[in-house]
Amino acid sequence: MTDHQATTTETDPRIAPKPALRRFQQARWDEKLVFELGSPGERGVLPPLPEPGVTAAVGAPADRLPAALRRATPPALPELGQQQVLRHYLRLSQENLGADLNVDVGQGTCTMKYSPKVNDTFVRDPRIAALHPAQDPSTVQGVLELAHRLEQLLKEISGMDRVSLQPGAGSAAIWTNVSVIRAHHAARGEGEQRDEIITTAFSHPSNAACAKTAGFKVITLHPDAEGYPDIEALRAAVGPRTAALLITNPEDTGIYNPRIAEFVRIVHEAGGLCAYDQANANGILGITRAREAGFDLCHFNLHKTFSTPHACGGPAAGACAVTAELAPHLPVPTIEFDGERYRLEYDRPESIGKIRPYLGVVPNLVRAYAWIMSLGAEGLREVAETAVLNNNYLLHRVRQIRGVSVPYAKGRPRVEQVRYSWQQLNEDTGLHSEDLGYRAADFGTHYWTSHHPYVVPEPMTLEPTESYSRADLDEYAAILAEVSREAYEDPETVRTAPHRSTVHRIRPEPLDDPAVWSVSWRAYRRKVLGLGDRP
Amino acid sequence: MTGSPIGLVINPVAGLGGRVGLKGSDGDDVQRRALALGAVPEALRRATLTLRQLDGAELLTVAGPMGEDAVRAAGLPARVVHRPPAGAATGAADTRAAVRALVAAGAGLLLFCGGDGTARDVLDALGPSPGVPVLGIPAGVKMHSAVFALHPRAAAEVATAWARGAVRLDSAEVVDRDETALRAGLLSARLYGRLTVPVLPARVQQRKTGSGGPGPSTVAGIAAGLAARVDGDGLLLLGPGSTTHAVATALGATGTSLTGVDLLRLRPGRPPLVQLRDARADQLGDLPSTPWIVLSPIGGQGFLLGRGNQQLTPALLRAVGRDRLLVLATEAKLAALAGRPLLLDTGDPELDDALSGHVRVITGHRSSAVYRLTS
Amino acid sequence: MPARVPRTHPYIPNSAPDARSSMLAAIGAQDVGEFYADIPAELRLDRPLRLPAPFTSEARLTAHLEELLSRNTAVPPGRSFLGAGCYRHHVPAVVDEIVNRSEFLTAYAGEPYEDHGRFQALWEYQSLMAELLAVDVVNVPTYDGFQAAATALRMAGRATGRPRLLLVGDIDPDRLSRIHDYVRGVHRVEPVAAEPAAVRAALAGGDVAAVYAQLTDFTGRVDPALPEYVELARAAGALSVVQVNPLSLGVLAPPASFGADLTCGELQPLGIHPSFGGGNAGFIGSADEPHLVAEYPSRLFGLAPTEVPGEYGFGDVAYERTSFALREEGKEWVGTAAALHGIAAGVYLALMGPHGMREIGETVLATTAYARQRLARVPGIELAEPEAVHFADFTLRYRDGHTAAEVSAALLARGLHGGTPAGPHEGRYCVTELHTQADLDHLADALEEIMK
Repeated sequence: MTDHQATTTETDPRIAPKPALRRFQQARWDEKLVFELGSPGERGVLPPLPEPGVTAAVGAPADRLPAALRRATPPALPELGQQQVLRHYLRLSQENLGADLNVDVGQGTCTMKYSPKVNDTFVRDPRIAALHPAQDPSTVQGVLELAHRLEQLLKEISGMDRVSLQPGAGSAAIWTNVSVIRAHHAARGEGEQRDEIITTAFSHPSNAACAKTAGFKVITLHPDAEGYPDIEALRAAVGPRTAALLITNPEDTGIYNPRIAEFVRIVHEAGGLCAYDQANANGILGITRAREAGFDLCHFNLHKTFSTPHACGGPAAGACAVTAELAPHLPVPTIEFDGERYRLEYDRPESIGKIRPYLGVVPNLVRAYAWIMSLGAEGLREVAETAVLNNNYLLHRVRQIRGVSVPYAKGRPRVEQVRYSWQQLNEDTGLHSEDLGYRAADFGTHYWTSHHPYVVPEPMTLEPTESYSRADLDEYAAILAEVSREAYEDPETVRTAPHRSTVHRIRPEPLDDPAVWSVSWRAYRRKVLGLGDRP
Repeated sequence: MTGSPIGLVINPVAGLGGRVGLKGSDGDDVQRRALALGAVPEALRRATLTLRQLDGAELLTVAGPMGEDAVRAAGLPARVVHRPPAGAATGAADTRAAVRALVAAGAGLLLFCGGDGTARDVLDALGPSPGVPVLGIPAGVKMHSAVFALHPRAAAEVATAWARGAVRLDSAEVVDRDETALRAGLLSARLYGRLTVPVLPARVQQRKTGSGGPGPSTVAGIAAGLAARVDGDGLLLLGPGSTTHAVATALGATGTSLTGVDLLRLRPGRPPLVQLRDARADQLGDLPSTPWIVLSPIGGQGFLLGRGNQQLTPALLRAVGRDRLLVLATEAKLAALAGRPLLLDTGDPELDDALSGHVRVITGHRSSAVYRLTS
Repeated sequence: MPARVPRTHPYIPNSAPDARSSMLAAIGAQDVGEFYADIPAELRLDRPLRLPAPFTSEARLTAHLEELLSRNTAVPPGRSFLGAGCYRHHVPAVVDEIVNRSEFLTAYAGEPYEDHGRFQALWEYQSLMAELLAVDVVNVPTYDGFQAAATALRMAGRATGRPRLLLVGDIDPDRLSRIHDYVRGVHRVEPVAAEPAAVRAALAGGDVAAVYAQLTDFTGRVDPALPEYVELARAAGALSVVQVNPLSLGVLAPPASFGADLTCGELQPLGIHPSFGGGNAGFIGSADEPHLVAEYPSRLFGLAPTEVPGEYGFGDVAYERTSFALREEGKEWVGTAAALHGIAAGVYLALMGPHGMREIGETVLATTAYARQRLARVPGIELAEPEAVHFADFTLRYRDGHTAAEVSAALLARGLHGGTPAGPHEGRYCVTELHTQADLDHLADALEEIMK
């Protein structure tokens, strides 16, 4: 254990400077479950009751329903006073380390950039928050114009011809593109024939998963010894059954595939389409686009590149951009502008249909629009260049840390993120990348390893984005260096970490045991505590 | 908590050959030569590294250098349940006797320290359907078997988890090379059988929201992928390995061999029937119809052809053709190759060239990879 | 005159010239262009992006957004009669206070060691929803109710291995469109009239994976035959998938109580602002049966011990879900979806408690009944289904040649939003606990004028 050193001594009354590393302590309220709080009769909020005139006129309408359709006993929800509810959830919020609070460069591939507070004020305005999607278009011209403008911005940023803002997040956007690909081949009478989709091991796994869910066979290209997707494997994979290539670039390793245009050409020559997963677009905004590389479709994650908050895992937003040839297949409705008024167009016979209710995750469209409009073309390029500078600076710092290596493409720069490996440290100390990540939590930050299966052993993926200052990056690197030092000199501290977090190491066994796993309080009471359902 | 003790056996001469340039340590003659060349036993040191981190279970072991010395060096108590005959040469027979004694004394997990040769001795002692889980502390020169922890501390991590009841059991291949051939400069691997091993469940944390759910259960998925490919009747030659064996079992075939090549007859709507188990090359020369050949890479090197399946002769492979050669592997196995190609060495360079290139590897139901195959 | 200070962008600290040059020097690079060495020249954009000039201060940006927002009308709740999948309900102040916390709003995918609060809040959401739905398993929210329905149907398809999906009754055409897109090529979708005899006949064809029905349908009608469909599905070896409006479940029976296998729906009514459709989020619930749990593509958080007795930990239940069947067609995916809406709904249910949920359900039922009764007295208007019980949504029919488009336009001219055309002479309306008797009388008076 590294205990805190005293900042002042009894003999020296002067105020000592802060130590190099912060002495973080995560909130630990030891908070009960909400079901263990409150008592019968307490109320958190009172809904309005029917007015006497209403009751007099209609009585109790539920009595006209068959008994089986009337709830016999109220749901066994807890009964809490209002302040108790507030206090409980505020405590839980404190036991959560949002991106606003830490140097959140450790969730590599997630682009945890600053989500500007001013943009939140727009979406909390009743002129967004209270809008009903079925309102007459004449009463929502502002939001329709905003969404239409955002489409135009993303057209230029991608170089594509038409944009849909409907997908609820990145994977939903991948699904949308896969559905458009399916519709395209079906419209040409090749729907049955083109049943294979190709992707790469370092593309986001949702590419393969969406393709499979849509009924395609999936072919994965593995990286070659330098980490690039194997172009000869692609040549061997394409053919008359190829529907599309779904690919990320730069991939999650941060390596830009310089032969991407050749990949696209090989697939086109086989009659397939190419969809660009631009999850890692942050480092190339205004530098290179889907259009220049020849892609037919692409998608952006507005919660990554375009700053909307990650919200504990959504709501997020995705945007699909396609060529004019594929535009008829995009979801309905589209937003049309006749020079005066904005309206919603549902009459699009070749459309794949609906992806999400209404227009999409409108609050995040507002935020993304405001973010782009606060930067402009020059600003976006500055975002990209600074993100890449930050990434290569952090790379420069981290590769000096004992036990870390940077697999693949030796000496090549990285774009938006880097996938590092703690393999050497693991061989030296027996500690895993996960252990180091848990110890990093004791310093008020954390990192993510990578998707499974691990292609890079003992991985760690860092993506600093443009949001952090040099001092922030230095602090982050210093934390990793300290954790590495501890791993070699005091491995027990790392092995048993975290020590200053809300909770200690979790014993995961019950989570995989059907006899005791508990997805709800009801299940926990019955299966673990041996109690019946409450009346 | 399992409550059962852990049994420990060490092959004290494991790893002896490696440091002095010999390609293994099996056989008295090799060991004498190694010691004469100044080799220092690695096994004691490596076993001690594991023992120092071990927690939570009673230890059973063997007197002297086969276990007790390391336990003492680690400062742990242990019950000695077997004493090898005085002056024993600590050969294969001693390992086998020790394993039997540890199991008879109630060991719930067998921890052995050595290499592929030691793993084979453990396998021999436990028999063809081993029940007691086994975990190898890597100390040998060759460690191609899948029964070893990555390093000594990792062995302690798994064994401690086992004592807590926090592992699942899986089966793993015991692979070894032909030592005589190897010292003659020839690389030749063979699959000897399977042992039960404790496996740490995938660490539950590090599950990012963005990560995809895991794919279909691998063996069942690969089996379905294979079934879709070879739909109908006809013959199928099944190569050795636990992937091919498990896939055949998932398809309903009974009695396939783990280490040999089997000839199966496909039957529409019914499980394949094993027609010839452990077929020899001369039995495959004149088949009534062109078979499918189903292979999976063996061991850590990624060898697909020419190691452990030489029954598939160049003539047969040539007759069957590349299109009917089906390769099975999990995505994880391909990932572990870290970009290295799949290998073949049929003994016929022209055939090797003809088969080289990129092959479609069935990795699951409606899932495949395209991967490089080269000689 | 003082030297000009660079106007470094507030969101990009390292774009300050000094920071940039010192970092380049530390790396040993001359220019950031070096980091793009792998991007071939022919793939480079050889010109600046053609974007509008940015607003270079927060004040100017705010003024621009204000101008756009000024052309949106935030309708007072008593003047809006729009529903049909997205609802105006009261959002308690405590809900907004919690979901607007930076710690929740900006967190993402940390471990329980950084984000214990997120895990606990989402597990509690699952648990609170589970009580409301009378099930043991509820997922971390998916994108929206459309997706929840589509996924529940795919789950039923995988669990049964059968191809046909029967969709009973009056379904939102947009929802139907989403379902079609999501099951295309895998399942056959067949609409069935909301009558037990029709459901029985459709099931007789065999091979049905799921019978999808709704506790309250697209017209707001509570379907009294729902328990019969569930029973028919069970008898035919199909799973029943039932759509609910969760806000109704303080008074209406949760479908699991009469045997529904999967319950799904839209979370938005539970304390989430409409936000022009941005507030939608989906839920799926079921019994705690391993063969169903195995089919969830979503995350399911579970309670687990830690190394310290009495400390609650959380993690993913059955993360390595594997199919029991070789016919596995892919388990969909798990990704960023709508977790914060789950936290909002959890806070809402904790505030409302058992009695609040019963009361709001009774109020909506009574208000709906009153509105229908009152509006049916308007000359020229009749109820689409006078005998049925409706919850929140209902449909009016116009006689005497009045078209739906004309009526809704006339209402709009009076500052009333409602009557979304459901047919040439039919309009959709919706009321909630926010409508007073006076609001409804006002609507009736307006319609009386219009129908003259």
